[in-house]
Amino acid sequence: MQGLLNFLAGLSLVVVLMVLFSVRRSHIRVEYSVSWFGAALTLLVLSRTHAVLDWVAAGLGLGSAPVALMLVVGCLFLLVLFRFSVIISALKDSNIALAQRVAILEYHLDSIHEENKNRA
Amino acid sequence: MTARGPLVIIIPAFNEEPAIARVVAEVREIVPGVPVLVIDDCSIDGTANAARRAGAEVLPLPCHLGLGGAVQAGYRLAYELGYEYVIRVDGDGQHDPVFIPKIYEALRSSSCEMVIGSRFVDGAGGYSSLLRGFGIRLFRLILRPILGKPVRDPTSGFVGVNRSALQVFSSSFPLEYPEIEALVVLQRKAFRFMEVPCAMRPRMAGRSTITAVKSLYYIFHVLMGVFVNVLKYEGRRRHR
Repeated sequence: MQGLLNFLAGLSLVVVLMVLFSVRRSHIRVEYSVSWFGAALTLLVLSRTHAVLDWVAAGLGLGSAPVALMLVVGCLFLLVLFRFSVIISALKDSNIALAQRVAILEYHLDSIHEENKNRA
Repeated sequence: MTARGPLVIIIPAFNEEPAIARVVAEVREIVPGVPVLVIDDCSIDGTANAARRAGAEVLPLPCHLGLGGAVQAGYRLAYELGYEYVIRVDGDGQHDPVFIPKIYEALRSSSCEMVIGSRFVDGAGGYSSLLRGFGIRLFRLILRPILGKPVRDPTSGFVGVNRSALQVFSSSFPLEYPEIEALVVLQRKAFRFMEVPCAMRPRMAGRSTITAVKSLYYIFHVLMGVFVNVLKYEGRRRHR
């Protein structure tokens, strides 16, 4: 069990560092890094504090702390993925609306140019 | 620019250079004087230029939006320009423009917000493959209780809409495989539709990109879209 907990603690540190570097280089915006930080820090705390992990396992009715930890990790990352699906969907809607607006404005501009050309 | 008459024909097109000029020419021959608007969905071939040379106006999208996004762009522009009726014709030549006057007449004379050019109203149409036939039959069954009336050809893209539907579609239109979901969107607004018999032709050029796997994805995707739209359902249905 200790090996798994150490691995998960290391993994959470790697995630924190990756997100920090990505934010620093502007690869991820700060508001989108919050979910990853939250998930990674929860993972770190749970993997380093046995008392909390045992309490979570008991609360979930699970006899095994590692299973409880994996369940919590899975749920956390599912939540993060869901949040990003919502964000991506909103971005796609905005993108489509913007692309349509640009095309329509370009169409209007071309029509005005054409009318001006015909007048001149 | 403003509307030049009550009707505009919109043709969404993506890489349809070999067919688009003939489609535009046929439409202009059948309904002379009616503006033809080709929505070029960021084609990488010469679709836009071919359409312009054939006498169409072109709405060039800056990036590829897919069929629903392209059709909605056309609806938005038509709505802004003040058109009363819009008829959509596909850019691959499968929709025979000879049926445009029939759809237009049905739009004007009925109180329906949408008129569908249907392959199956008079029982003359056939299914291009077993899987597609299965899909169409399945959607007929599913849509029957949702729409409150049968629809024979729910996957037909040969449709005309009036200004009320145009207003709805300008703000809310399904993006992928829009035909079936669009019916549910209209139903949510208590709008009505009817079908008129039309014959479809083979593509003028190129090959359909719809494979068996894509057909299965299509069925699953549209089923999800229908149920999501039903869950969003608001208002009272109007049966006709």
